[in-house]
Amino acid sequence: MIDTALSIAIGAVGLAQLLAMVRLILGPHTGDRILALDTMVINAIGLIILLGLRWGTHIYFESAMIFAMLGFVSTVALARFVLRGDIIE
Amino acid sequence: MTGGMMLLDLLVTLLLIAGAGFMLVGSYGLLKLDQPMKRLHAPTKASTLGVGSLLMASMVDTFATGDGSLHELLVLAFLFVTAPITGNFIAKVHLHRQRDDNDLPPPPAEEGWATHSEK
Amino acid sequence: MSQRLARKLLPHPMLSTMLVVVWCLLINHLSLGTVVFGAILGLLIPISTAAYWPDRPKITRPWRLVSYMGIVIWDIVVANVQVAMIVLFKRNADMAPNWVVIPLELRTPEAITMLAGTITLTPGTVSADLSADGAALLVHALDAPDPDAVRDEIKTRYERRLKEIFE
Repeated sequence: MIDTALSIAIGAVGLAQLLAMVRLILGPHTGDRILALDTMVINAIGLIILLGLRWGTHIYFESAMIFAMLGFVSTVALARFVLRGDIIE
Repeated sequence: MTGGMMLLDLLVTLLLIAGAGFMLVGSYGLLKLDQPMKRLHAPTKASTLGVGSLLMASMVDTFATGDGSLHELLVLAFLFVTAPITGNFIAKVHLHRQRDDNDLPPPPAEEGWATHSEK
Repeated sequence: MSQRLARKLLPHPMLSTMLVVVWCLLINHLSLGTVVFGAILGLLIPISTAAYWPDRPKITRPWRLVSYMGIVIWDIVVANVQVAMIVLFKRNADMAPNWVVIPLELRTPEAITMLAGTITLTPGTVSADLSADGAALLVHALDAPDPDAVRDEIKTRYERRLKEIFE
């Protein structure tokens, strides 16, 4: 039962990743692209967790954590660059 | 397979499907909605709860298959704390872009909104 | 004297407790060594960063935080189902996106941050900006034909409770 659900979930999150990528390409403004990138990072975290479940290991937890942190910092850095023209003042 | 295990399996399945569904809806909303500020709503909420459900599924699964682990809670807490902050920053980017032609309601005081009064 | 020493050694007791818990979760294994090392981190990190956090946030009724978090988590789940339904089944032209101005009674930065975070995570609203004097919050609602109702709900449901916790 869980295996079927895992396959469906991986397919759905992969599709979500593609949809977010279309928004990343379409834009039309910088804000939309930053938002699309942030969504893609969250979807990638979801995919990593699903793969960890499928292969039954815990070693992917650390990479999910690092993705979460890097995604947050890069989103804030991008937004700050658009807002102030500088990241660290 | 005992009844309890069966129930846990069912819970994991439900959480997986619900989480993946929410993430798909979040990305679909990102693509479908037609104004920048409206687009902000779908991913900040749906994707956060979606990835939350997936993490819960992973956590319940570790308890079902043997030694439980709670460290998924860390990622969960981190995402829930940072989601409003990224949402706020992206909203500020949108506001910054519409600085001149804005249809914003005026604030009660005279100084204006913080993003627009920054030099 | 002893009070000042305690304040110097333990500038933020809640931060220290949280660091110990986070360290144990990160190691994912509960033993004496983990707790002791977590306690060392929980002592050293607040002391070395105390210069950036001069004041302790004032929380007068901490037990109310628990019930507040329960309400917020429930609202997050409900809000997500609502937003998902709006996204899936409502046409773009039928939605009524609106700006809402919320005049604030809260004054401490911690309380305003909590309120803004709660608003972003709950029903169809995202907090976008604070007025330059910190007296009003600008909120965007995805589907709100009546902005005043949104404002009143946020004020009675969240702000009143936060006021009880922080003031």
